[in-house]
Amino acid sequence: MNLEFTPEEQAFRDEVRAFIAESHPKELGDFGMREDMTREEMVAWHKILGTKGWSVPAWPTEYGGTGWTPTQRYIWSEENARANTFMPLPFGVSMVGPVIYTFGNEAQKAQHLPGIRSGEVWWCQGYSEPGAGSDLASLKTTAVRDGDHYVINGQKTWTTLAQHADWGFFLCRTDPAAKAQEGISFILVDMKSPGVEVKPIKLLDGGYEVNETWLTDVRVPVENLVGVENKGWTYAKFLLAHERSGIAGVARSKRGVEKLREIAANETMDGAPLIKDFDFARKVSQLEIDLAALEITELRTLAGEQAGKGPGPESSILKIKGTEIQQRLTELTLEAVGTYGAPYYGSIANDTGTNEYAVGPDYAQHAAATYFNMRKTSIYGGSNEIQRNIITKMILGL
Amino acid sequence: MDFNFTEEQDMVRDGLSRLVREQYDWETRRKAIASGAGWRPEVWAQLAELGILGMAFSEADGGFGGGAVDAMVIMQEFGKGLVVEPFVPTVVCAGGFLKHGGTASQKEEHIGGIVAGSSVFAFAYAEPRGRFDYADLETTAKKDGAGYVLNGHKAVVIGAPWASHLIVTARTSGERRDRSGVSVFVVAKDTAGITTRDYVTVDGRRAAEVYFENVSVPTEALIGAEGDGLALIELVTDEAIAALCAEACGAMKVAHAMTVEYSRQRKQFGVPIGSFQVLQHRMVDMYTAYEQAVSLTYLATLRLGSDEVERKRAVSAAKVGVGQSARLIGQEAVQIHGGNGVTDEYAIGHYFKRLTIFDSEFGNVDHHLKRHIALA
Repeated sequence: MNLEFTPEEQAFRDEVRAFIAESHPKELGDFGMREDMTREEMVAWHKILGTKGWSVPAWPTEYGGTGWTPTQRYIWSEENARANTFMPLPFGVSMVGPVIYTFGNEAQKAQHLPGIRSGEVWWCQGYSEPGAGSDLASLKTTAVRDGDHYVINGQKTWTTLAQHADWGFFLCRTDPAAKAQEGISFILVDMKSPGVEVKPIKLLDGGYEVNETWLTDVRVPVENLVGVENKGWTYAKFLLAHERSGIAGVARSKRGVEKLREIAANETMDGAPLIKDFDFARKVSQLEIDLAALEITELRTLAGEQAGKGPGPESSILKIKGTEIQQRLTELTLEAVGTYGAPYYGSIANDTGTNEYAVGPDYAQHAAATYFNMRKTSIYGGSNEIQRNIITKMILGL
Repeated sequence: MDFNFTEEQDMVRDGLSRLVREQYDWETRRKAIASGAGWRPEVWAQLAELGILGMAFSEADGGFGGGAVDAMVIMQEFGKGLVVEPFVPTVVCAGGFLKHGGTASQKEEHIGGIVAGSSVFAFAYAEPRGRFDYADLETTAKKDGAGYVLNGHKAVVIGAPWASHLIVTARTSGERRDRSGVSVFVVAKDTAGITTRDYVTVDGRRAAEVYFENVSVPTEALIGAEGDGLALIELVTDEAIAALCAEACGAMKVAHAMTVEYSRQRKQFGVPIGSFQVLQHRMVDMYTAYEQAVSLTYLATLRLGSDEVERKRAVSAAKVGVGQSARLIGQEAVQIHGGNGVTDEYAIGHYFKRLTIFDSEFGNVDHHLKRHIALA
């Protein structure tokens, strides 16, 4: 038992660090996510990684994976967090990609995997509906067979960044007579199909990250069904477990704590740096301790994966603790910037009430928006209450 | 990076797990802690026979070449059975002082007895007014001819009633709370001038107030350099904290499992109370707290050999996180057991008590959060 990296792993870290320093576009800066990023900015790093062959590290090598060990993948995410890169979005790489190479047919693999790898094709996720959130299996969108097509009707919501999407993967009810979890199918939809309509939803931070998506008599070739008709729930669950395993965001949070310390060293309270205030320092240290625990928990899970155990129900712990920490981090950052957390910087030109120029320190400008934005993390990907239900059932056996 | 245990460690765990299950059952433990002795020397002898007491010493020192991870494995199993025998004072603390600071002849004199189970140690460091500061000492050791004379009062010395020897901290120079001037001594408990007031602790162990009145000890009793003992004390107590965290993890694991099982058996409103989501989610939070505690215990254990700042930060992080988990799990376990949780009859209350007292040993949550902040 030890926490040390091997010389090979150290060399790997040096290699990826050098690659990131050399290849990450300077014009993207090191701010990670911003509310006003264009599609091109968001896929820039993905495309570079696609060319390098590093955009889908976790995939099996036959589909373009790097064959890295879980420890190497951990180093990779740490180094990207360090440089604050904007990583490939999960919808293609971590969600539909693994479903396609695991359950899809050869034609689907040939059609879709290259575009996911390269970053050319943008995917969105059509799961939630206005009446089907945590109770996802109550979804009502239907796909009715008509010759060699499905005809899809229904409304999806919270479709993240669907305004840019070329393709979407949708859960649709194909057997209305079956029990809730049965009779659902996993269907790929070309978002340019007639009858698909995407309407952005403005969120608390002023950004438009999610959408309502209407599907009205959308005709989809039956070849776009993944796997077996009415077995979509199995694939959906498979996907959610994959989604959770990367969700802890430990490396990003570690970088966030460093930033928080910088801010708190710059802000003053009672004539001294805020970080010297015992009450504030206590909150930062507590956060660091919880993050240290989570980091080892994640490494233990990775070690389990390396030993051949797939991401199991313990990934629910990573989701719960990871998101709680991300939220506390943004909460403390907003606290740290003090009164300059108040000015609003909507980023959309036609937004009413947008301040044209920034006031206060640079680091204060996104503090409130980020805090508001991160409230989503304990809600999405199976809310943290749903994660507790999963642990209750799968681990406690109740 | 490696989270695997060696085959040997797996064997130690299995062996101890069997010993605790078969010979440390609840009724036997209850009788033993209520007996005059308050512990079972025959269990201690058995631990010696199994090689457990020599596990963490190097082969050169007469042990079996293990280290901190072995101590962690052992303490987790002890925690599961609320074993009261003084492994931490004897093997981790006294053993640690000898390993890190002992001269060849001190090792020669004492390690053999520890490994064989014939010497039992207690660590007399706390004082009535010192709280968690190892340098805040009123006990003095004055140079006197060929040795030292000790005077003072040591508080809540765990395991002292069972001990043949004591490790004692005392001030040899400087002012109260100075970092320098702290020294460490090893003395036989029957040395003239040592008196004890023995008592029972709330978590079923035995402890004593230990009084030193003009106790003469030879120069050879000094461990490490005179006046330079604080760094050694900090190292050894960090090792003790890691071991105690492992013990707490074992106790938390059982407390959680007992609670889940109880919620399956106990019926109210015609159904098992474990079917209520409000209790399910609380038991999930207990489980999560346990897993986080295990992770921090690994971190502390694996950082014991790191440089001083890294080691102290990891150990303090563990003492904070494990302390918080222990409190949550102890309190919730009692709550979910309802009235039975507050009876002496049910085991769960005793796990709660041990997990409660754990916090006060070698610095509580607040103390270690403060140390963590200071080292940022």
